[in-house]
Amino acid sequence: MYIFGYRVPLFHSPLSRIAGVAALLATMVLLACGADATSTPRPPAATVAQVATEVAPDTAMAFEPTVDDLAGGSPEAFAAAFEKAIAGSQFRPTSEFAAAAQPLAEGEKLKIGFIFVGSQRDLGYNQAAAEGSQYLEQVFPDVEVIRSENIPETADVQAVMEQMIRDGATIIFPTSFGYSGPTKDIIEKHPDVMFMHMGDSESFENYGAFFGNIWQLEYAAGQMAGNATETGKLGFIAAFPIPQTLLNVNAFHLGARSVRPDVETTFVLTGSWCDPAKQATAVQTMIDAGVDVVTQHQDCTKTIVEAAERAGIFVTGYHQDASSAAPNAWLTGAVWNWGPVYAELVNEIRNGTYKSSVMFVGLEEGWVKLAPFGSFVSDEEKQAVLDTVEALRNGSLQPFAGPITDQDGTVRIAEGVVPTDPELQSISYLLEGITGRTN
Amino acid sequence: MEYRSTLQQAYGFAFNLTAPPVVRSLFAVAMAFVVFGLLLLAIGRDPVEAYTKMFQGTLGSKLGLSEVGVKMIPFVLTGLAAAIPARVGLINVGGEGQLYIGAWAATGVVLYLGVGQIWLMLPLMAAAGFLGGAAWGAIAVFLRNWRGVNEVITTLLSNYVAILLINVFVFGLWKNPDGFGYPYTADFGTEAILPALAGTRLHLGLVLPVIAVVASYLVLTRTTWGYNMRAVGGNPEAARRRGIPVGTYLVIAMMVGGGIAGLAGMSEVAGIQHHLRPGISNNLGFLGFLASWLAGHNPTGIVAASFLLAVIIVGGDVLQFSGNLPSAAMFILIGLVLFFVLGFRRLERATA
Repeated sequence: MYIFGYRVPLFHSPLSRIAGVAALLATMVLLACGADATSTPRPPAATVAQVATEVAPDTAMAFEPTVDDLAGGSPEAFAAAFEKAIAGSQFRPTSEFAAAAQPLAEGEKLKIGFIFVGSQRDLGYNQAAAEGSQYLEQVFPDVEVIRSENIPETADVQAVMEQMIRDGATIIFPTSFGYSGPTKDIIEKHPDVMFMHMGDSESFENYGAFFGNIWQLEYAAGQMAGNATETGKLGFIAAFPIPQTLLNVNAFHLGARSVRPDVETTFVLTGSWCDPAKQATAVQTMIDAGVDVVTQHQDCTKTIVEAAERAGIFVTGYHQDASSAAPNAWLTGAVWNWGPVYAELVNEIRNGTYKSSVMFVGLEEGWVKLAPFGSFVSDEEKQAVLDTVEALRNGSLQPFAGPITDQDGTVRIAEGVVPTDPELQSISYLLEGITGRTN
Repeated sequence: MEYRSTLQQAYGFAFNLTAPPVVRSLFAVAMAFVVFGLLLLAIGRDPVEAYTKMFQGTLGSKLGLSEVGVKMIPFVLTGLAAAIPARVGLINVGGEGQLYIGAWAATGVVLYLGVGQIWLMLPLMAAAGFLGGAAWGAIAVFLRNWRGVNEVITTLLSNYVAILLINVFVFGLWKNPDGFGYPYTADFGTEAILPALAGTRLHLGLVLPVIAVVASYLVLTRTTWGYNMRAVGGNPEAARRRGIPVGTYLVIAMMVGGGIAGLAGMSEVAGIQHHLRPGISNNLGFLGFLASWLAGHNPTGIVAASFLLAVIIVGGDVLQFSGNLPSAAMFILIGLVLFFVLGFRRLERATA
């Protein structure tokens, strides 16, 4: 061979040529190994790991979450939520049709498909759901989860579900709201497969829906933000002005005003559930305007959390504990607790008792939880926020009790009126003191 | 030739240079799959099992095959969008943007000219898609003819302009009033939807690439136009001296290419998405560009290259859950295919 034009007596025989090609390929493989070693999947959250060691294989089928699993929520309320949903359902129990309710053969595994709209490591919505699916595998040793990420909320998701069903999946969790339309188009074609959609407001025989009610924890996070802000200006970065987002920003704002009545909140829409470039621009614009605590309703939270850390301002989280990305900026956050929820749903389907329904519960049942506090948060502030969470849990604190005024000065909830949860979930306006638009 | 690199020697040794190009391309693709298999081994997956699942999930079932067909439609069309201008020496990187503008124009027909007759509606949408893509492509070639602006730059950058232009409409004027603020237009009525084969997503848009490939093959190989195009692409100055209107050929080739990409946009909104929204393409235009280069800008080769890309993309979804691989894995495989096919073609030139 030649090196820089000089003839080197190597690789002349056919055998040494093969060796040369083999060496080249081996180098590539070794490089790939090195790359993989640095990017091993992060271990699941501590609580999940503890559960895994506590669960003995023989008790695996009977799923009973503890108070710790439910982040302080009561196991009775958790169980009652499922009983109520089943009792109120007009559909047949899964034992009568779902392939997942049939007993497994010896050594066979129950295959469950999870589809994510973004990356499973987005420190946000998809990671929370992915870690929930890992919990599922740890609680039930005979469950195998198959996952597909970065699937757009278009008709493309149908192709993925079809492939999963072909691969043997009998329960499918399309975890993003936008999957509802394409999913409902194919449920009749697969009457034996159970589809568990996250966020829809209707159900069919083999299509159940569930989601968590999280606004109370946004209120608690807002209280923490109100404690932390010096300028009195908060920022909320969202994707679309859907009712759930408007409820979150309103609750966050009210929480902040409960400790600092002059707080102003800026509400910005990026038009995307995950667009890091727009998130970065939004954070920078807010910092320039004097905002010193930011929060968000985005699927991927990493960019905003890290930007806050770099800029030396504070951040409260959403979806997933991202405190590791911002040790000096992280206050607390409102996050999901999907593991036990998925486990109970799968448990009911397998026992044949599940009936399709729309479930929507939250704090009391332990479906949502408060993320850990930042290390710099004082004990008094921690206790005050935990007291607030407790008051919200037992209902003694009703932040949306009237009078509530919107950003134009119109009274939306009259004095003495306490809105019901369904009323709150269809909220269409921003409160006084919030700058932003709702269309 | 005296000077030969080790890689060339390895290639010459491993593979007989006198073999026909098809066999050589197949060998390059096989190499890519072998290396990807080694990568799978390196991260502790079984490549044989992964490939078995991948091919069962794509070619081994009606579902998989129909999905490969669904993906091939836009790949072939956007591949031709790069190949036809390439015949006259233009590099069209703008298939993505032309596809979006085609989708935009077809949606405009649905929103403003709704006639309720499927046999009138679909051809109207296709015509609008073609004209939209052609007009978008024309911008780049006019800038080149009149001001000498490099079309690689203009077509590439106009992709982003097209995507933002779509956003202006779906976030504003065309947004579905009942859509909770989501940037989608309202769903099309059945008269504006390409009918699909029962039980699959494979839709009538399949006729578009078939017509486009046959027509462009005939024009490029059997007509004076095709001959002249090759002359323009080979040596524009010589073509000009022989009286061929070079500028006109450039404009028409680019506009036809853009129009075909626009048809891909029309078939995506009318056949798959059934409404316009951001992100409908998901890099279809760029992948078609890849297909064209893999095929050496040959229309029949583009069909083969599109087939390969479609198998990898659809198989990538299967690999994600059956091989537990991240979604980026399929792009690594596509990258390897490109590396080996183009790399070997380069070696062939060097050793010829």
